[in-house]
Amino acid sequence: MSEILKSNGSPLVQAHDLAKTFDVSPPWLNRVLERKPRQLLKAVDGVSFEIEKGKTLALVGESGCGKSTVARLLVGLYEPTRGGLTFDGQDAHAVFKTPAGRQLRSRIQMIFQDPYASLNPRWTIEDIIAEPLREHGILSDGAALRERVGELLKSVGLSPLDMPKYPHQFSGGQRQRISIARALATEPEFLVCDEPTSALDVSVQAQVLNIMKDLQRKQGLTYLFISHNLAVVRHVSDQVGVMYLGRLVELADKHILFDKPRHPYTRMLLDAIPKMHDTGRARTPVSGEVPNPLNPPSGCAFHPRCPHANARCQSERPEFLHLEGVRVACHAVEEGRI
Amino acid sequence: MSLLQIKNLVVEFPGRRGTLRALDDISFDIAPGEILGVVGESGAGKSLTGAAIIGLLEPPGRVAGGQILLEGERIDNLPYERMRHIRGRKIGAIFQDPLTSLNPLYTIGRQLVETIQAHLPVTAQEARRRAIDLLNDTGIPAAAQRIDHYPHQFSGGMRQRVVIALALAAEPKLIVADEPTTALDVSIQAQIITLLKNICKDRGAAVMLITHDMGVIAETCDRVAVMYAGRIAEIGPVHQVINHPSHPYTAGLMAAIPDITVEREHLYQIDGAMPRLNAIPQGCAFNPRCPKAFDRCRQDRPDLMPAGATRAACWLNDARSGVAA
Repeated sequence: MSEILKSNGSPLVQAHDLAKTFDVSPPWLNRVLERKPRQLLKAVDGVSFEIEKGKTLALVGESGCGKSTVARLLVGLYEPTRGGLTFDGQDAHAVFKTPAGRQLRSRIQMIFQDPYASLNPRWTIEDIIAEPLREHGILSDGAALRERVGELLKSVGLSPLDMPKYPHQFSGGQRQRISIARALATEPEFLVCDEPTSALDVSVQAQVLNIMKDLQRKQGLTYLFISHNLAVVRHVSDQVGVMYLGRLVELADKHILFDKPRHPYTRMLLDAIPKMHDTGRARTPVSGEVPNPLNPPSGCAFHPRCPHANARCQSERPEFLHLEGVRVACHAVEEGRI
Repeated sequence: MSLLQIKNLVVEFPGRRGTLRALDDISFDIAPGEILGVVGESGAGKSLTGAAIIGLLEPPGRVAGGQILLEGERIDNLPYERMRHIRGRKIGAIFQDPLTSLNPLYTIGRQLVETIQAHLPVTAQEARRRAIDLLNDTGIPAAAQRIDHYPHQFSGGMRQRVVIALALAAEPKLIVADEPTTALDVSIQAQIITLLKNICKDRGAAVMLITHDMGVIAETCDRVAVMYAGRIAEIGPVHQVINHPSHPYTAGLMAAIPDITVEREHLYQIDGAMPRLNAIPQGCAFNPRCPKAFDRCRQDRPDLMPAGATRAACWLNDARSGVAA
């Protein structure tokens, strides 16, 4: 195993066998009368990783692969069905339930995906950004609060003059910057960023990514960065985990992952990205879509779309293989077929 | 002759505190069968240009000047009913979110048949047959069964295929596609872009592809227009604009995009933000953010002028500025 994957010292964030199952069964009466079975959706099914302090782990995958559920598990918005999360040596989900959980929550903040849903439309920008400061008792004096909110707004490329405005007066990109400013308000150690730049324009995305990297360097922030944009992931991350249908299929140092992707799904994702300086290139898009997670394929969940699948892939679920610097769950890699 | 000509288009939003000029003197044209990309950041006016073309400007927005000509005929001043016939029949539209562009209460078959029958004189049976063909062409497996399903029974990628089928239902000459792949996953995005490109090539339909994703533009388009603060900053063949941009804004935009093949510690960033519509600076709208701005940029507004193989609205390309580009 490489240095990066080995936990030298103890990593700030450690997820072990994290799983979340949602009960999506029909109502009790329907189950009894229509004899419908219980139905469970395994949104996240046994995900383990660790993030060193000051580093960034990126999770990539297509919609429905469970990456947002992982994010919500990490900040304590969901209780894990199985497994757990260790944050700075403590069992985070146990601490969240105690009075000390409040303090822990201020150390873990989240940036949400949808800037339209994550800002209260009836609150001014000042109130929105000042809320975590007030809530955690960091600042309460009006003038100091306003000054801090102004600073935070400036740090995300907005103007302190925007404070009395309401979210609807901003574009989607500007709103996302407001939610980033809110997340940064408590000066957290660990930021869970769920597609933070997906809604932003490229020049603004560049500003935000640069800000995030600067903050990481200055304050030693640790990020879990969720994105479907591999180019962005390559830019911000130290390690990359690729998820498919609730499981990690590949986890590696980013240089290794981008130079030598092992899992067929990782290769497919890398191939699907439009290349900028390759105008007019015809590509052969991958066929198929992510299967319904309610009824995942047997064996390796990727086998119906995988060009290297064989009988074993259909029946046996691959476990993580530890190769040099890479963890990958693939029979074809194990057998040396690819 | 051009299929679509936009001449000096001005779109304004009158308001209590004065009139905002959202599109200011836009001119371009689209040849039959051509794919023109329109890129820009949010608020640059790219979606508004699309909305003006299909006649769906949200009031109080209005075309305040200039002309839009489709096959040599003005369409910007048509009464609502006339425009309704052109929309769908001659200009198809694809929007970003496939779930909101489909009616959740009707099967997709009913929506397709309705669209086909609204524009073409065919029987219900013939329309249904055409609808199945369209679904087949857009790559929906088991189209004959799927036609009776409701939108919620389709995945995002499949829904966008249905929306493309709807846009193509009356065989329009022009498709205005506003961020058609933004809501989709990368692997699905690749499928949809390839589909859009091929299906339009087969039918000879021109496409105006509005997106903020330069990668999609690079792969799909013949020409690209880069918009900034309601004006076209640069327009030209896609390869030229991407690899040899003549406008500093285009150059900055290109450099700001993280490249999957290169690793950089810091991304190039264009400082500041696009100006608000009520505070567009004098001269070139980009001058406060431009690293190459000089006196003339702060006084006179540049129009599109030849710049290498493209046309750019930048004084650096004007010999009389006395500044070598």
